Amino acid sequence: MTQAPPNDSPPKSPIKTGPRTKFLERSNYRQRRFRDAARWLPLFGAVFMVFPLMWPRETLDQSLTSSSMIYLFALWVILAVLAFVLNLVLRVSDSIDGDEGTDERGSE
Amino acid sequence: MGQRVLLIEDEPNIIEAVSYILSRDGWTVHTHSDGETAIEKVMQGVPDLIILDVMLPGRSGYDILRDLRAAAETKDTPVMMLTARGQAKDRELAIGLGATQFMTKPFSNAEVLESVRALAGS
Amino acid sequence: MISFNLLVLVSLLYVAFLFIVAFVAERRAALGKTGWLRSSAIYTLSLSIYCTAWTFYGAVGYAARSGLEFLTIYLGPTLVMIGWWWLVRKLVRIGRAQRLTSIADLISSRFGKSTGLGVMVTVLAIIGITPYIALQLQSVTQSIAVFAAGSGEVWAQRDLDGAAMWVAIGLAVFTVVFGTRNLDAHERHDGIVLAIAVEAVVKLFALIAVGIFVVWGVAGGVGATMDLIDASAQSQWAPSPSRWIGLIFVSGAAFLCLPRMFQVLVVENSDERALGTASWAFPTYLMLMSLFVVPIAVVGLDLMPEGSNPDLFVVTLPLSEGREGLAILAFLGGFSSATSMVIVATLALATMVSNHIVAPSWLTSRTTGAAVSGDVRGVVVASRRIAIGVIMTLGYIYFRLSGGGTALAAIGLVSFTGIMQVLPAMIGGVFWRGANRWGAGAGIAIGFAVWAWTQFLPSFGIDGVISQAVFDNGPFGINWLRPHALFGIEGIDPLVHVAFWSMLLNSGAVVLVSVLTFPNPLERLQGAQFVNVYDYSSDARAWSQSAAQAEDLLVMTQRILGSAEAQTVFRAEAQMQGKSGFLPDVTPDFIGKLEREMSGSIGAAAAHAMIGQLTEGATVSVDDLMAVADETAQIVEYSNQLEAKSAEQERTARALREANDKLTALSIQKDAFLSQISHELRTPMTSIRSFSDILRDGEVDGDARRRFAGIIHDETNRLTRLLDDLLDLGVLESGQVQLNIGEGTLADVIDRAVLASGIDETKVSISRRANAEAVTLSTDMDRLSQVFINLISNVAKYCDADEPELRIIVRPMDGQLAVDFCDNGTGVPQESQSVIFEKFSRLEDEGKAGGAGLGLAICRQIMTAIGGGIAYLPGQGGAAFRVTIPTD
Repeated sequence: MTQAPPNDSPPKSPIKTGPRTKFLERSNYRQRRFRDAARWLPLFGAVFMVFPLMWPRETLDQSLTSSSMIYLFALWVILAVLAFVLNLVLRVSDSIDGDEGTDERGSE
Repeated sequence: MGQRVLLIEDEPNIIEAVSYILSRDGWTVHTHSDGETAIEKVMQGVPDLIILDVMLPGRSGYDILRDLRAAAETKDTPVMMLTARGQAKDRELAIGLGATQFMTKPFSNAEVLESVRALAGS
Repeated sequence: MISFNLLVLVSLLYVAFLFIVAFVAERRAALGKTGWLRSSAIYTLSLSIYCTAWTFYGAVGYAARSGLEFLTIYLGPTLVMIGWWWLVRKLVRIGRAQRLTSIADLISSRFGKSTGLGVMVTVLAIIGITPYIALQLQSVTQSIAVFAAGSGEVWAQRDLDGAAMWVAIGLAVFTVVFGTRNLDAHERHDGIVLAIAVEAVVKLFALIAVGIFVVWGVAGGVGATMDLIDASAQSQWAPSPSRWIGLIFVSGAAFLCLPRMFQVLVVENSDERALGTASWAFPTYLMLMSLFVVPIAVVGLDLMPEGSNPDLFVVTLPLSEGREGLAILAFLGGFSSATSMVIVATLALATMVSNHIVAPSWLTSRTTGAAVSGDVRGVVVASRRIAIGVIMTLGYIYFRLSGGGTALAAIGLVSFTGIMQVLPAMIGGVFWRGANRWGAGAGIAIGFAVWAWTQFLPSFGIDGVISQAVFDNGPFGINWLRPHALFGIEGIDPLVHVAFWSMLLNSGAVVLVSVLTFPNPLERLQGAQFVNVYDYSSDARAWSQSAAQAEDLLVMTQRILGSAEAQTVFRAEAQMQGKSGFLPDVTPDFIGKLEREMSGSIGAAAAHAMIGQLTEGATVSVDDLMAVADETAQIVEYSNQLEAKSAEQERTARALREANDKLTALSIQKDAFLSQISHELRTPMTSIRSFSDILRDGEVDGDARRRFAGIIHDETNRLTRLLDDLLDLGVLESGQVQLNIGEGTLADVIDRAVLASGIDETKVSISRRANAEAVTLSTDMDRLSQVFINLISNVAKYCDADEPELRIIVRPMDGQLAVDFCDNGTGVPQESQSVIFEKFSRLEDEGKAGGAGLGLAICRQIMTAIGGGIAYLPGQGGAAFRVTIPTD
């Protein structure tokens, strides 16, 4: 006599564990990389803002306020332009948000 | 008369009893007691009526019935099922598979004769 | 010179214009025409309240004193905004998902709706921001005084105070009118936002106009301006690395933590996409605001008389050049900067005061029922209006006390470092689920203490609050607590000193205390909601209250209580209301009942919060709600006590499932057994009935008659045997068998069995070994012999060899006696070996042998009863059974 094995599957965990997508279609992949770029931008910005601290200051000509000002404002414009371009290509809210949420899931 | 009845049954005493009463009534009775080879036996010469036991060695009577009904030669042959398991679901199963008549053991000889006459005599 | 009265007139007209702008915006918003009101351009411009009078006037003064260092104040927020993908986006998402009303609300909500934390942040903010408000009043009055002086009047301090008071009153009125007009759930103020957006344009336009005038009108072009810069006292830029980095950090942190910034950045945000625009547009705005600061400072230093206040160059330069129109424009720019900051800061603080101090204490002072009536609304609005007045008064008092002496930049930075003590709790709360309210509280408290001791109190000057002696030797002579040399480390720039130590100790406390203490369930719930906000919320999906009907409540309740119980509750309520089905009307009674039901599972606070979300009428996204429910389920699972309970339930469920399986199997077995019995009984009965019919009918000759009677006789015996076996098996299976223990040798038992089996020893040769069988046994001899009989007669029945033989081999084995019965037939096929001991397992091919298939089943029962066993022995060249008998 055959006897059905007892149905002993474990209870479903309420923890949300959606499958993490490994392969994305091309456009979503690109979006991810744009987001990476958006994350890197302030770090690069910070590095370049700190950069003048390393300039040599032995001679008066090398540390003129006027040229430093030009450097800093140029950096500012470049950062704003890069942010503008990123904003053009980034989609703020769409379906891949959920996946990203798992990337950013905190630990307890 | 002289119509042929094939009795497929594995219990020797029942074979003897049924053969006796049917022969006495003028039927030509062939018997077979193995489930596995039952279909071959039928195909050797299709009888006018088949009496088929459910619990046979080798193959169940239901399977045999299904095959009989699927084959062109026997799809209209009257089949009378005999079973010792007198549950309602057995009857339903048998009728559903196309049995013409269903009889629970033990049966009276008169019952058998009547049924056989009704099925094969017409 | 322009008349002072003209200035007053222009100012009043400008204020009236702002009132109209705000009023129109409110009207449009009320009509639902919010289109461009909530556009990303307006949003970006509203962020410009970051640039206060401190920027408009103070930046030039800062540059005149410290060169390019003033830029750090704008570079920090630039980094925060271009890095919006890290934090600002998450804050905005959380702000919408949780319907946050202020930075204090963020901290309080995140850490389990903690009232204490809300109060702490509110108090910190008031202490930190009041000087800042005073600063704005000061700059407005100072700039008015400039014009007064220009028109020949010399203002005494009394006049300044009077002007400041009127400005404060005017701002308070504006804030009350547009800030507390509507008390909607998400605290958006379209009128105020549009007004400050207009002011943002005015101040940028004014500063750029002054800048262009200075560069091209006064200095003579870009090249000449550069030359002027290189020739000035600030020609060399030698930044202190620690201050440069420290200030960028401080300004970025303050940008996130300032209550007014949180108000415009998060609370007033109506569309996440506006952030994308602001990410480049706001840095651009800051860049433009800073662009002409150095030129104005340098030209001012060059042209203005020695000792003039560089903080006022923006106004005094055009005035001294006779450009009165431009000067008035500059004045309006400064006025805009100051007023927009004061309005939003006051509003944000008042919201915090009413939500985190007044409302909770009012609610606890009442007993029950308050939440049901409309009272709360009135209290909140009133408290908010009073708070606006009080905060404005505080700012005014500070202005009076400080005497307007300190340089603007200093006050601004004191404020910044104070308010940024919220940052570690905020970052921790948003990115780390483990952060809890003890950690947050400890961090803010320590950070606040360090800030107050090393910067806020010293900012009142030496001997202001802290005496020179304490600066030199520390309090009570404790050297390492000196305000500007904590832990004895001297020589750090005071600002870097406070930023470093407060942030280090603050975040250290957040982490350490969080690690060492436990959060409560609501905190964990909120923690998950905040940290994983992207999982739970999406953009705009919201539902109105009308949709939040019984069905939604049922869905949510099912997640907490389980479907069956939830349905019971709902059905009972529906029946009580005289309705059929599962969905009752959502009455206050029912909601109260539901909340009590749910608080049993998830605690009162969480239940209240969840029910509240569904029924308060605030817009709630379904996902949020489900997320709450899911998280709650998770908490229930993790919570120790409940975990044990759930494990128990799990065990019970498993036991039930097993019992059910067993019952099902038993039931199937019983069916099969009865079916078999039926078959075994009916088959002989069929023959008996049939032949007795034949005999009764007569007409049977003598031989046949005898033969038929013989068959009837045999079949009757067969029936009897079957019934005997069944009864025997029944007794054995029930375990109630009475063993009749006797003594005897094995040889005797086998002898008797061979005899009783009726085996024909001329056909079957039996080989035995007498000396092996000379063993004395103490067991139930009859039962043992029954087993042997069965096995021996099986050989007779089933052994298909031409010359059947049976070998009986006896040997001791593992303290028992093994008796093997082996024949030389084909044996039992492997697939059948496992079933031959089951009832009715007679192998079909050998069905003719006449047994009902109970023999081996009985043997097994007997051997079990007498403590031995029986097994099929494969690989013996035929059928082989091993019987094991216990020996003493």
